Amino acid sequence: MSILDSLLEKKTILPILDTYRFRGDQTAIIAPSSLMTLVDLLMSEGFHFLVDITAVDWLDKSENPARFEVVYHWLNLDSQERLRVKVRLQDGESLPSLAIRFKTADWYEREVYDMFGISFEGHPNLTRLLTWSDFPGHPLRKDFPLDGGDPFCMSDSTTPFTH
Amino acid sequence: MLWAKVPLIGKNKMPDLNLNDAVVTTRLDSIVNWARKNSLWPMPFGTACCAIEFMSVMASKYDMSRFGAEAMRFSPRQSDMMLVLGTVTNKMAPILRTIYAQMAEPKWVISVGVCASSGGMYRTYATLQGIDRIIPVDVYVPGCPPRPESMIYGVMKLQEKIEKESLGMRKDHVRRFYESLDLQEKIQSEKNLTGQQAIQHMLRQAAHDKVATIF
Repeated sequence: MSILDSLLEKKTILPILDTYRFRGDQTAIIAPSSLMTLVDLLMSEGFHFLVDITAVDWLDKSENPARFEVVYHWLNLDSQERLRVKVRLQDGESLPSLAIRFKTADWYEREVYDMFGISFEGHPNLTRLLTWSDFPGHPLRKDFPLDGGDPFCMSDSTTPFTH
Repeated sequence: MLWAKVPLIGKNKMPDLNLNDAVVTTRLDSIVNWARKNSLWPMPFGTACCAIEFMSVMASKYDMSRFGAEAMRFSPRQSDMMLVLGTVTNKMAPILRTIYAQMAEPKWVISVGVCASSGGMYRTYATLQGIDRIIPVDVYVPGCPPRPESMIYGVMKLQEKIEKESLGMRKDHVRRFYESLDLQEKIQSEKNLTGQQAIQHMLRQAAHDKVATIF
């Protein structure tokens, strides 16, 4: 039985918004409130390796109810089974940090915070990872000007970023 | 041997001598610059694919040693021609300034490739849009990456430039940069900023003053 099937069986304790499979990939979409329940379930199922955390900004995409999707990838080292989890959240919402459970989540969450401005509650050191500390804005947000509001670039091509 | 031929005419009189080719009269600028242009000591500041192309420039096929730029040094203290080869990010900016400051005078900079010259295709928040905003550049070599011939042509252009410049002009040129470096350090210590933040601050100020560079 695949991990997605066993998650769907436990729907009473873990509300899943949507699932889909694509060429062997398994994806579950959940709400922010059920993330920690899911992590507990995954740990008991043997998914001990958090491969990646990243995010997607769906600005102005009306088919998506929430602006951001934070994407987690887990790997079961015994069965080599993988699971992708997408957590939908609005601008300004925060997620519980997984940095205490998974060491690797520490820098991934800092990166997501740096690039998208999504904060993680309970993170030991939620500071910018890649850009400098007084960097204006979060560069991977779709409304961030591509050149960062560079004062030397032409003003008509991008809107200057106001800090 | 020479002295034996000198006729003794009087204490203060110059001897009337025909030295033929033994003496050349010239200006100080041109003799010093002639020496400088033919003994450039390159230092690669390689950050991207231009540095890979530069390897073949220095290797036997294109062989930059034919132009006197033979002894490549990886220490700024031992070099006087910096080749900035590749994309320079905003975070790299203070390092580039420090390395340029550490180079032996007189010093020249060749900006190789579009990334170093103008940010190139990387018009993003992370990339410095041209190193000439933070350090003085003498020659720009276009290309992505430029062919080895272009880089050699760039060095030849620099040689032409060195030939023409006066010694005092070069000094003023570098002094302006040192003043901006002092200002950067002042901003860093006064506002408790990192070098990178101080440079961003200076760039914003320069843009406000409608100046293209921070030095």
